[in-house]
Amino acid sequence: MNTGFHLLPVSASSAAARLDPLALAVLLLTGAVALAVTVLIVVFCVRYRASSDADRSGAPTRNRVLEVFWTVTPLLLFFGIYAWGAIDYARLYQAAPDAMPVFVVAKQWMWKAQHRNGRREVGELHLPLGRPVRLVMTSQDVIHSLFVPAFRIKQDLVPGRYTSIAFTPTVAGEYRLFCAEYCGTEHAMMGGRVVVLPPAEFARWLRAGPSEPGLAARGFALFRRYGCSGCHAAGSSVHAPDLNGLLGRRVHLQDGRELTADEGYVRDSILLPQKDVVAGYQPIMPSFAGQIDEEDLLAIIDYLREGAHDE
Amino acid sequence: MTSEAAATSYLAEGLSLRSWLTTHDHKRIAILYGFSITLFFFLGGIAAALIRLELATPQGDLVTADTYNKLFTAHGVIMVWLFLIPSIPSVLGNFLLPMMIGARDLAFPRLNLASWYFYLAGGAVTLWALLVGGVDTGWTFYTPFSSMFSNSNVVLALVGVLIVGFSSIMTGLNFIVTVHTMRAPGLGWFRLPLFVWANYATSLILVLATPVLGMTLILVGIERLFQVGIFDPALGGDPLLFQHLFWFYSHPAVYIMVLPAMGVASEIIPCFARKRVFGYRFMAYAILGIAVIGFLVWGHHMFVSGQSVYAGMVFSLLSFMVAIPSAIKVFNWTATLYKGRITFSAPMLYALGFVGLFTVGGLTGLFLAALALDVHLSDTYFVVAHFHYIMVGGSVMAYLGGVHFWWPKVTGRLYPEAWGRVAALIIFAGFNLTFFPQYLLGYEGMPRRYHSYPEEFQALHLLSTAGAATLAVGYLLPLFYLGWSLKFGKRAGPNPWAATGLEWQTDSPPPPHNFASQPVVTGEPYAYTP
Repeated sequence: MNTGFHLLPVSASSAAARLDPLALAVLLLTGAVALAVTVLIVVFCVRYRASSDADRSGAPTRNRVLEVFWTVTPLLLFFGIYAWGAIDYARLYQAAPDAMPVFVVAKQWMWKAQHRNGRREVGELHLPLGRPVRLVMTSQDVIHSLFVPAFRIKQDLVPGRYTSIAFTPTVAGEYRLFCAEYCGTEHAMMGGRVVVLPPAEFARWLRAGPSEPGLAARGFALFRRYGCSGCHAAGSSVHAPDLNGLLGRRVHLQDGRELTADEGYVRDSILLPQKDVVAGYQPIMPSFAGQIDEEDLLAIIDYLREGAHDE
Repeated sequence: MTSEAAATSYLAEGLSLRSWLTTHDHKRIAILYGFSITLFFFLGGIAAALIRLELATPQGDLVTADTYNKLFTAHGVIMVWLFLIPSIPSVLGNFLLPMMIGARDLAFPRLNLASWYFYLAGGAVTLWALLVGGVDTGWTFYTPFSSMFSNSNVVLALVGVLIVGFSSIMTGLNFIVTVHTMRAPGLGWFRLPLFVWANYATSLILVLATPVLGMTLILVGIERLFQVGIFDPALGGDPLLFQHLFWFYSHPAVYIMVLPAMGVASEIIPCFARKRVFGYRFMAYAILGIAVIGFLVWGHHMFVSGQSVYAGMVFSLLSFMVAIPSAIKVFNWTATLYKGRITFSAPMLYALGFVGLFTVGGLTGLFLAALALDVHLSDTYFVVAHFHYIMVGGSVMAYLGGVHFWWPKVTGRLYPEAWGRVAALIIFAGFNLTFFPQYLLGYEGMPRRYHSYPEEFQALHLLSTAGAATLAVGYLLPLFYLGWSLKFGKRAGPNPWAATGLEWQTDSPPPPHNFASQPVVTGEPYAYTP
């Protein structure tokens, strides 16, 4: 683990590599302004101290040109920093098409993660080196926030919805994982570690767990246990949408809206089925709110992921 | 004033406790507020001292995790609602605003007294909640933790803050009506001292934003008491809705704390530079600009909350915009010094300290306004350092500067100058030692609200704790020498600083109705010549 005193935290992700130059640019800009203001104040204070006989004739009380200049110049510089920060921010939420989804569920006061092959872990998060990753996350109780300083990423985990963040680990090693959103008594103890392994080692680690069915397979079992298949299976007599490979598909809704099915959409359709009714179907599905826990929900959703049926 | 005997001051108007507790005199109410907020400042300070002591070591060894959580909640709640928000408006503003515009009192003297009673009642309820059992939600009361999960005195604390909110609204309303209707003959809007402009803009925010806080707190209480689903998704609510409502008040609240501080600096700097404030109109417009744009940036507290990426982009842009008027003010204070005739009395040291610390606090705000940077820095000590530079380095420095500057007017006595300067310097040094290391801690990834922490952060935490000890000495000093000066200080005379404001054109301490005859204004403010 990266212990010991150092001024900059280690930089171990694609997001970190983009962020440090931005931080440096803002530091130089703001540092220059702070220095200029300080120097001017000190110089004026010394030169125009009461006991000095410096020339004070024609002291200005306003200067429109100067005032407009020091209003517009920072504005233009700010637009630059704004755009830089906004572009990098947007990238955190645009996962590469081949990004590996990892599902994280937080609760007071622990982290739980599950991988698509069914491997689960608590208090740790294993990730492969050099592969784009997308964390899909939610909380079982209050708001938590996943914070990995070495990756320069942070994302709140909000109960009742999925949040996600995308990045690529770039340096193998072990890094601290913190909860950054105050969540009660043991907030400070809600830590963990992120372990970045080279691809081959990561694959070995994935296989080494207790032999559980893959996430999608578990999802399929749940899909039948909760009776979803009764209506949504291909040969069903009930008129319900076909869910094969639902994630990523364009969906037309009864009220004219159109959206791309993501984890949040499927979650809402299970728990709040009246919210986004698919065009051409009756709103007859019952709500499963309060019946399926967060980890099982993620398994069912993974089963509905495109191509999951073939794996 | 016809004879010496007739010249009774507002302080000699009645000496009984009853005469103080039933007074309608804005100056006496200001003093009631002054005592109350000083009490709360030191209570909040004790909580801060315990927090810093706990953080001297990485292990949570001084207090339990629950106690620590209750301490930072108490520190935040007390300092924000019971000290910072009322500080400059309700003490200095109450005393000075009518005098600066040549009025006998505020427009609604009884409402003014009522506001102090509401403040006191709300403060008592809040204190009761914080001391008997405590509250562990943080001053931000984030849902669903506060509404459904915390096992502490949340509802009682909400009620206390709600009551205090009414005192804010009353003060704001009173100031707005007073500035509109009671200005002396000849005192047009662009002849107003910037302190009046600042308190006027602050009052607009108080009146427009505080009701939103009140409603939000009531909704949290309803969800907590009756399990009505508003914010908890398990009941069908939305936790981000709370954050939107809360920050819709609490971000403008930052400007409630800092605009009056800017007003104080704008009075002190021209007086001790013997020069008219540079760019008066830009300064006045900047105050209004901050007040207006300040209402549109609340979402920058929520960049990692799960709010839409596009909302984040809009709020980020607006946050950069709100920095512009603040930058204008810093440049104009600096330019005011140019070709001045500068003396360095204690108020000036505080004011210059304010400009420096506010500048650092404002500039580090740009790091947090930049979206990708905020993802890393949000909820770390970087944020803690940033807002303490604004609220403590900025507002508290300015408040103390104002207390020293107007001390002769309020009490009729001069404070001991050497002690005043020493305290200002100790506070400036102690402040930087406390909070500068926290910027570094934040960038290294130290999350806030942590009772214990990994060992690699200890060196910087120790520096911060040492700074807090220095700061404590600095804050205690004025209590002693200002108290001493009440009895032993030299008589001040009406205008010891040769200042130009209307408040200086009457006795110190002023007579009950401020002026012997109605002042008439014939020129612009800050008519200083170097």
